[in-house]
Amino acid sequence: MTGFARRLWALLRKEWIQMWGDPLTLRLILALPLLQLVLYGFAINTNPKNLPTGIIAAGYSKYERDLVAALQNTGYFNVRTLHSEQEGEQGLVEGKLLFVINIPADFDRSVDRGDVPSVLMDADATDPSAVGNAMSALGSLTSTLNRDLPPTVQTQIRSPPFQFVIHARYNPEQLTVLNVLPGLICLVLIFSTLFLTTLSIAKERERGTMENLLATPVRPVELMIAKIVPYVFIGYLQVVLILVVSTLLFALPMRGSLLLLMLALGLFIISNLALGLTFSSVATNQMQAQQMAQFTLMPSFILSGFFFPFSGMPQWAQWVGELLPTTHIIRVVRGILLKGSSFDQIVNDLWPIALFALGAIIVSVTFYRETLD
Amino acid sequence: MTNLAIDVTGLSKSFGTSKVVDSLDLQVAEGEICGFLGANGSGKTTTIRLLSGLLKPDAGRGQCIGYDILKQTDQIRREIGYMTQKFSYYEDLTVYENLYLVAGIYEIGQPQAAIAKVVSDLGLAPYVKKLAGTLSGGWKQRLALAACVLHRPKLLLLDEPTAGVDVKARREFWDLLHDMAADGITVLVSTHYMDEAARCKRIVYLANGHIVVQGDPVSLAAGSGLITFEIKTANIDALAHEARQRVGIEAAAVFGPLLHVTGSKRDILEASLHELAPEGWQEVEPTLEDVFIHLLATGGSG
Repeated sequence: MTGFARRLWALLRKEWIQMWGDPLTLRLILALPLLQLVLYGFAINTNPKNLPTGIIAAGYSKYERDLVAALQNTGYFNVRTLHSEQEGEQGLVEGKLLFVINIPADFDRSVDRGDVPSVLMDADATDPSAVGNAMSALGSLTSTLNRDLPPTVQTQIRSPPFQFVIHARYNPEQLTVLNVLPGLICLVLIFSTLFLTTLSIAKERERGTMENLLATPVRPVELMIAKIVPYVFIGYLQVVLILVVSTLLFALPMRGSLLLLMLALGLFIISNLALGLTFSSVATNQMQAQQMAQFTLMPSFILSGFFFPFSGMPQWAQWVGELLPTTHIIRVVRGILLKGSSFDQIVNDLWPIALFALGAIIVSVTFYRETLD
Repeated sequence: MTNLAIDVTGLSKSFGTSKVVDSLDLQVAEGEICGFLGANGSGKTTTIRLLSGLLKPDAGRGQCIGYDILKQTDQIRREIGYMTQKFSYYEDLTVYENLYLVAGIYEIGQPQAAIAKVVSDLGLAPYVKKLAGTLSGGWKQRLALAACVLHRPKLLLLDEPTAGVDVKARREFWDLLHDMAADGITVLVSTHYMDEAARCKRIVYLANGHIVVQGDPVSLAAGSGLITFEIKTANIDALAHEARQRVGIEAAAVFGPLLHVTGSKRDILEASLHELAPEGWQEVEPTLEDVFIHLLATGGSG
């Protein structure tokens, strides 16, 4: 063997031994691609179907039945009947409904008269990619009534018997950027809070400074708070920066309360920091801590509705997504910024974050080692 | 009877299946410099960590500066100074910033004054504004010592504080330890250096997690009951190698051009020497180093 090959072989052997010597890292190395495969392969759907749709109808007439059946048949709409316009409005704001369809009173008679009545559709355009395909599918639906139309009208018509009037709500110009920015705020916070705390404590352990601190009167709670506070500060600084720049460059609206936004983000920051502390208490070195943080980051990107429409994911992926604080905070931030949501309208997304934070705090305190044992 | 700064009995600690500290009894008088010796892995570091509250003992009880080592670890942490084997202050902070952090942790009333005093006592003045990471090994140890004594602890637990430090820095470091002991601070210090062991008031030698011998350095060497012969020879390395194979020669150590062979039985030792070094030898007093090399070679069982 040449000198090159000998040396290379010796180095490769050393890397091999080190790699297998850390079983936790190895397990994560194997688990990450599997996770990615499942997430990318099954969970992502850029052409979401079965979107929650509410329908408001004065009576349940023949044409209405035709229309609802046609909507269902497109596969895009999962229709349920609403009892009031208020219910529809509430559903849109809370994100439980993506569409609200309002069929005017005496729809059938107007059609039969050839009046070409308007069916009003309110669409949550916060995420343009989630509703885009569904909205374009509406175009072909105006002919669905033709079969049932009275012969007189059938022979007369040159134009469709009715028309859809679509209101793209919250993001009327359907700018993707308005959807991405709120999500971006949340993900930037994950980086600065989850990642940095995780690494910062793991670093103390690896460098041996933790041993020194443990031998002093420093209490665990003091150390934890000291580790957390700077990153809360950094997190908020980043939020303000993103908000200001987004408003100036992209005309991001601020329709809700800034204070409410900051408080909600504070809760999210706490949940991340608690998770970071848990990781760093469990991990024995920086490498492991980083792997664990990455392991949470992946689903937070993909299953939270940030990159890909939440409504397009299969049911199991939505359940997993509901467990992640990121999913809820993205809804909250989109709600406050774009829809002007109030506290009542976001509280259903706040308590899961709080619950998560509490759980993570309990785990991190349990795992924190006051001695070197 | 003098007061004891450390008084523990039956201290034991295992990691997995290996018993690192095994029913160890240790008494250290107040104001004493007690040297902790023993081979690597003999349990020195673990014992120090048990005393400082960093580890919980599996068995044993006792007190450290008047506090129960099992129940009063908080008080112990407040009143001891612990120096780790590896430099464990912040390399990206300056000397002053590191000391200021420590002052805060120990709630020192007037941090500036306390830092100024320790900086001048330890000669750190020219380095206060330097990043700790840029200091040489000797000055890093000096900083660590400064940080350890800033809160005027009653007991210093120093784990190989001078490992990898040059002779001059080590000597100065020990001068400082003696100054502190003179002020009434008790020092428990582990070391591998014989010159440092010789400067201790008392030496405790550990093997396999328990104490093999202890006493003051002079009587330890004299009272060892060992016989040491000195051989002067040109081919010293080959001779040392051969000497270690012979019966009766329990330890052989090279001192420059001289070979010291040590054993506990004179007749067998002399018989072996007749074959090994026919040109002659002379008996000398065993030095502390001969004693410890003998202890290391016999695994502490002698």
